[in-house]
Amino acid sequence: MKILLMGNPNVGKSVLFSRLTGTRTIASNYPGTTVEFTKGSLKLGQEQAEIIDVPGTYTIEPTSKAEEVAADMLREGDLIVNVIDATNLERNLNLTLQLLERPVPVIVALNMWDDARHRGINIDVARLEELLGVPVVPTVGVTGQGIKELVSRLSEAAAPQVIYSSSDERWAKIGDIVSQVQSLSHRHHTWREVLEDASSHPTGGIAIALLVLVATFFIIRFVGEGIIDYVTDPIFNWLWTPLLMKLSLALGSGGFWHDILVGRLINGNIDYLQSLGLLSTGLYIEFGVVIPYIVSFYFVLGILEDVGYLPRLAVLMDTLMHRLGLHGYAIIPTILGLGCNVPAVMATRILESRRERFIAATLISIGVPCAALQAMVIGLVGQQGIQYVAIVYGSLFVSWIVIGLILNYAVKGFSPEIIMEIPPYRFPPWRVIGEKLWLRVYSFIKEALPIVLGAVLVVNVLYMLGVFDFIANIAAPVLTGLLGLPKESVVALAIGFLRKDVAVGMLAPLGLTAKQLVVSTTVMAMVFPCVATFVVLARELGARDMLKATGIMLAAALIVGSLQNMIL
Amino acid sequence: MSQNVQMTLGKMEAGQAGTVIQILGGRGLNRRLEAMGIRPGKKVTKISSMLFRGPVTFRADNTQVAIGFGMASKIMVEIDASA
Repeated sequence: MKILLMGNPNVGKSVLFSRLTGTRTIASNYPGTTVEFTKGSLKLGQEQAEIIDVPGTYTIEPTSKAEEVAADMLREGDLIVNVIDATNLERNLNLTLQLLERPVPVIVALNMWDDARHRGINIDVARLEELLGVPVVPTVGVTGQGIKELVSRLSEAAAPQVIYSSSDERWAKIGDIVSQVQSLSHRHHTWREVLEDASSHPTGGIAIALLVLVATFFIIRFVGEGIIDYVTDPIFNWLWTPLLMKLSLALGSGGFWHDILVGRLINGNIDYLQSLGLLSTGLYIEFGVVIPYIVSFYFVLGILEDVGYLPRLAVLMDTLMHRLGLHGYAIIPTILGLGCNVPAVMATRILESRRERFIAATLISIGVPCAALQAMVIGLVGQQGIQYVAIVYGSLFVSWIVIGLILNYAVKGFSPEIIMEIPPYRFPPWRVIGEKLWLRVYSFIKEALPIVLGAVLVVNVLYMLGVFDFIANIAAPVLTGLLGLPKESVVALAIGFLRKDVAVGMLAPLGLTAKQLVVSTTVMAMVFPCVATFVVLARELGARDMLKATGIMLAAALIVGSLQNMIL
Repeated sequence: MSQNVQMTLGKMEAGQAGTVIQILGGRGLNRRLEAMGIRPGKKVTKISSMLFRGPVTFRADNTQVAIGFGMASKIMVEIDASA
C-alpha cells in the first residue's frame, strides 16, 4: 500500500513524516524531474505500508514545477494523509477540497494544533469532520501528539468525491466551512511575530541577516574545530597512527604496496597531509579535515532551514539577485553550495526558467566553494594568517557578483518575479534536524569517500610513473607566467578535477608562499568544479550549456588568478 | 458612505490594511495567487517593501507572502477606512 503525505508547503509535513516512519527514511529524487521527496515505511497491523512525503503544494492543478511532481505522484497513491496547518485553515482547505474530489480515500491531520490554540484559533473538529466527510485528527508533529490516533484511524479514510464546478464555488464552500468551525479569541502580539516583522523590514532585515551570517560562521568554525580537536585528531594521532606504523613495518617500510597503502614516510613518520597513502592521507582528508566541517555546516543549515529563516533571506536578497539575473529564491541553492556543489546544482531545479538555472549553476560552480574545499583552505591558507583566507573568500565573492552582472547582461531572457510564502518562525524540531543531518553526512561519505580514495590512488600511481613532470613542463608557461606558481602546482590543479579537498592537500608539500597559496586555491576553486559536480551540471544543463559554463569558469579563473598575482 | 481609497498593494504603506478588490494580471498570476488564498475579497495587511522596488511582504490571515514589486502593482486594494 502506498500512503501519500500531502499538504501545503510549511505545514510540518516532514516532522509528521518522521514521526510516522521512525528513523528508517531514505532521501531520493523523483525520477525524471526535479524535486526531492522522502520515502519511508510504516507497519500497519500485519502489513508494511510505504509512505511518501510529497513536496508541498497549494493545488493539484499545477502552477509550478514542484506542484507538477505532486500532481504526478497523486496518481500512484492508495491513501492520502492530507496535512493541514490549523493556523491557516482557509488556505489549506483549498487543497483538501480538491483532494476530496478524487477517488482516493483521504484522512486529514490537523497539524500545528498547539500553535493554533496559542494564536487564539479554536476549531470545532467534530463539525469539520462532519462537513468534510472524512476523519480529522488534531496533531502536533513536534511533540507527537495525535500520531497514534491518526494511525489507528487510517482505515476510516474516505473518498466522498464531492465535485465543484468552478474554483469560485469551491472557495464559497471553504468560506462556509470556516465560518461554521472556526472561532477566534483575542490574543496578544507575540515576540515571535515582532521578530518576524522585523526580519521582513528592510533595515531590520539586513541587521538580522548580518547577525545570522556572523553567528553562522562562528558556530560552524567552533563546532568543526571542536570535532577536530577533541574527536578526530585524537583518534588519528593516538589510535590510527600506531596501527599504520605497525602496518608500515610489516610491509618493510617501503615498496609499491607500502607506498600505495601507507604512503611515503616523511622523516620516518606518517605525515597525514603529505604521505599520500590510501590509509593515511586518503582517510585523513575525508574524516580528519572535511567531515568535521560537513557535520557542522549541515547542522547549522538544518537549523536555519527549519526555523524558517531562509525564505526571509531570499526576500531580502531578491533585489540584489535580480541584478545577477536571478531572483531571491536562488540564494537557497547558493547556500547549499557552501556545503556541496552537487546538491546545490540539483537544487537549481526549483528555479523556473532555463536562463536562471544556467546562471545560478554557473555562479555556484565558480564562486561558491564547497565545505570540503573550504575546510582545506582554512586549514592550509589559514596557517599563513586569516587575512589570506579573507582574500580568497573576497575574490570569490567579487567574482560571483561580477560574473553574475555580466551573465545577466549577456544571457537572453528575463527572470520572473519572486512569489513565495514566508513561514512563521518555529522552534527547530530537533528530531528532524538530527535525522536530516545524519542523512546528509551519510550520503556525503558514501559519495565522496570512494572518489577521495580513488584520487589519492591515481595521484600516487601517476607520481610513480613520472606523468606529472611531463604535464608540469607543458603547463609551465601559463602557471609561472600568468599566475606566478611553481610548475609542480599543476598536479594539484589537475587533481582538483577529481576532488578539491585532496587537491588543496597536495599543495601542502610544495612550500608555497602565502601569495602563491591564495592564487592557487582561488584558481582551484573557480577553474573546474569537481567531477561529481561536472556530471550533475551536464545532466541539469545539457552538454552545450555545460561546455559554455566550463568556458566561463576557465576564463574567469585565469583572469582572477592573474589579477591576484599582479596586485598582491 | 464615502468612497474608500483604492491603490495597489505596491503603493500601500507598511502597516496599512485593506481588502483585495481586483487582480489585474493575467490568468497565470491569478491562479498562483488564488492557490495561496489571495483573491478578491481577501483582507490583507502590508508588512513591508524592500528598497529599490524590491519584493513586497504582506499578511493574509496567518500567512505571510512575499511577491515581486511588479506583481504587487497589479493587486488593487481598497484601504480600510479606519487606517
